[in-house]
Amino acid sequence: MSAVPDAHHPYYVPQPSPYPILLSGAVFLLGLGLALLVNSFAAGWWPLGLGALLLAGTLTAWFGRVVGETRSGVYGHQEERSFRWGMMWFIASELVFFASLFGVLFYERNIAVPWLASFTSRAWSAYTPWPHFSATWPSGGPAGRPFQVVAPWGVPAVNTLILLSSGATVTWAHLGLRAGRRGQLKAGLALTILLGALFLALQIHEFSHAYTRLGLTLHSGVYGATFFILTGFHGLHVTIGTIMLSAILLRALKGDFSPERHFAFEAVTWYWHFVDVVWLMLFVFVYWL
Amino acid sequence: MSAVNSAAAHPEEHHDLPRGMKRWLYATNHKDIGTMYLVFGTLMLFVGGLLAELIRSELMTPAMRVLSPEAYNQVITVHGLVMVFAAVMPLTAGLANYLIPLMIGAPDMALPRLNNWGFWLLPPAAVLLVLPWGLKLLGIGTGTIDTGWTMYAPLSTQSGPGADFAFVAVLLLGLSSTMASINILVTVLNQRAPGMTMMKVPLFAWSWVITALLLIAVFPALMAGSIMQITDRHFGTHFFSAAGGGDPVLWEHIFWFFGHPEVYILLLPTAGVLPHVLSTFSRKPIYGYEAQVYSFCAIGVMSIVVWAHHMFTSGMPTAANIYFMLSTMAISIPVAVLFFCWFGTLWRGSMTFETPMLFALGYIVLFGIGGLTGLVLSDAAADQQYHNTYFLVAHFHYALFGGPVMGLFAAFYYYLPKMTGRMFSERLGRWHFWLTLIAFNVVFLPQFLLGIAGMPRRIPDYALQFAPLNLVSSLGAFVLGATQLLFLYNVLRTVFGKSGTKATDRVWEGAQGLEFTLPSPPPFHTFSTPPVTE
Repeated sequence: MSAVPDAHHPYYVPQPSPYPILLSGAVFLLGLGLALLVNSFAAGWWPLGLGALLLAGTLTAWFGRVVGETRSGVYGHQEERSFRWGMMWFIASELVFFASLFGVLFYERNIAVPWLASFTSRAWSAYTPWPHFSATWPSGGPAGRPFQVVAPWGVPAVNTLILLSSGATVTWAHLGLRAGRRGQLKAGLALTILLGALFLALQIHEFSHAYTRLGLTLHSGVYGATFFILTGFHGLHVTIGTIMLSAILLRALKGDFSPERHFAFEAVTWYWHFVDVVWLMLFVFVYWL
Repeated sequence: MSAVNSAAAHPEEHHDLPRGMKRWLYATNHKDIGTMYLVFGTLMLFVGGLLAELIRSELMTPAMRVLSPEAYNQVITVHGLVMVFAAVMPLTAGLANYLIPLMIGAPDMALPRLNNWGFWLLPPAAVLLVLPWGLKLLGIGTGTIDTGWTMYAPLSTQSGPGADFAFVAVLLLGLSSTMASINILVTVLNQRAPGMTMMKVPLFAWSWVITALLLIAVFPALMAGSIMQITDRHFGTHFFSAAGGGDPVLWEHIFWFFGHPEVYILLLPTAGVLPHVLSTFSRKPIYGYEAQVYSFCAIGVMSIVVWAHHMFTSGMPTAANIYFMLSTMAISIPVAVLFFCWFGTLWRGSMTFETPMLFALGYIVLFGIGGLTGLVLSDAAADQQYHNTYFLVAHFHYALFGGPVMGLFAAFYYYLPKMTGRMFSERLGRWHFWLTLIAFNVVFLPQFLLGIAGMPRRIPDYALQFAPLNLVSSLGAFVLGATQLLFLYNVLRTVFGKSGTKATDRVWEGAQGLEFTLPSPPPFHTFSTPPVTE
């Protein structure tokens, strides 16, 4: 895999660009707003709102610029290989993020709760987090807050089907792109976006159901905490993926992507399949087992 | 080893050299971004150093004289966070940005704009960390985070608003490190000059490959943990609270799953610089190139599975303690291979002792002490005695000042003439080395003794029996701090001074590598046409 650049094509080094520092400014404002808001300083809404606007604007402009550069043909094979490696390692870091959240789930379920239960039976330390605490999963909630869990074979199973189908439709779109069937590309992308949106709608419904009917909230002990952080961050990733798919669809409608060169499309499908796989793990370990 | 064609001097250079503030704010050039990293890291090294002087001023004599206990807690916390995240990591990343494209014959980093984003996330993170002090002056909050840099629950759950700013800062730092790591990995994988196979890549670049892999493998875990800390603090979750079935020890696991590899993230880049320096001033090729590459890989893998040796006193099961003890001791094997190769490089060389060489040798000695005292602490039974004492403080300062910081000084002096085109004052450099070496030992040797005598760490006051050694340690700290001004002066007069000897392209008589085939300082764009490596 020795990297030989194209002989007539020096590696493209972009001119000075305002987007990176603007994006940093946006992230800073978002962080500042968050830190102020969680401490009940209403002034935090200002940096938060400004940061969100700046984030959206900068990302649009930055990616727009990259799309323009792609169209002008400054990217050769070596540049594209950089993008591939870059996206791959980015997804690897995302994988670690979710793996840590699963690690937290396994630790709480298999180590923390049994360990806490072992204290209740010791004469010298009759510690118990709440009355009648036992080493079961779901772990029950802090005192006085009973809750029910989301049944796996209802909405979650339907959502599994939806996400698996969306993986198929995006692959169908990819096949269409490679074969030069633009109609199939656009239809496949549109279907995938619809399925993603449907998944999100059902997920929002499920969250509100959990909060209003089941009594399952962030406050419901470690079960509620792990449930919502895992499904919540997955939902956030589906949202980001859906936005990215929409951008790809817009580009496809404008005639971008050739059967041979379409890295942006591929990157988004990688991301989408990654989110898909995370969901399968979620379904098995959060909802089912 | 290699020949460079005339591509080094780029004919269009004068047309696209950006000017003014835009050159820095909007930078896409790896040398400019690397320079910004180095300037920011050096600035933060002095900020962290000032905080250290505050700590030692308080500890110079018994009784509370300089700081309140609350302020002391905040100062030690920010000292740790600044030194690790805002000083040493940016300095090693700056070297990577500046040097790796030169070493592997690349025109620039693979993703130049991403590169700039990675840098510009750092100053906001530093601002967020200290902003609570400013807010306190306005009467808001209780100052910045006061939990120690490990941010252990439940203290971090109960701490004031400063903790939220710190956790958000950690998120920004994580984003920055992940982006920088992706960029460095892609650069080494994809931008090497023709003929430069992976097993010809200079050791510094190799050390950063492993560092970047480690950062990608562990920093997201700390980011996830920081988010959980924020939800525990404000959204009613119980991840780290037994009251809801959670466990504060889980945070320790998350933190050290990141935190132990972090030690090697700080260490490896300078362990990668060391063979270059030792080989240059011994006028011998690097001994055991392949062994060092494999050692880097082994250290990388093993550092991920030894984290809980930081938690022997946290109440883990005995079986876990034994596993983490043995795996920790095992990691000393690849580290010992590195030491062996360093000695092998020196063995029967025609050595001269210019400033970079002095710092490299100082690194071997001081980091050696840090490593050996680490073996003492890795014994799960003995650690019960040493753990929360100054023995531990002394140990990790030998490991982290003795290793990374000494290594960074070696790298600074070694590459400064290449970067600026002028030689620094060798005389001042030697003064800097000897005063640093002596003062460092005066600061931290007494702390081993204090620890063995039982002085607890992280406490702003102490029993009278510890007074004499603390006084010695503090006086050493003042000298150590003042000595670094010599370094600053030496660097500044090299960068901005008009006089001074011009550096040759090769700079040092025995220097090898593509970077030394370029002019000093290298032009704005280098290797636009790749060099050929045989």
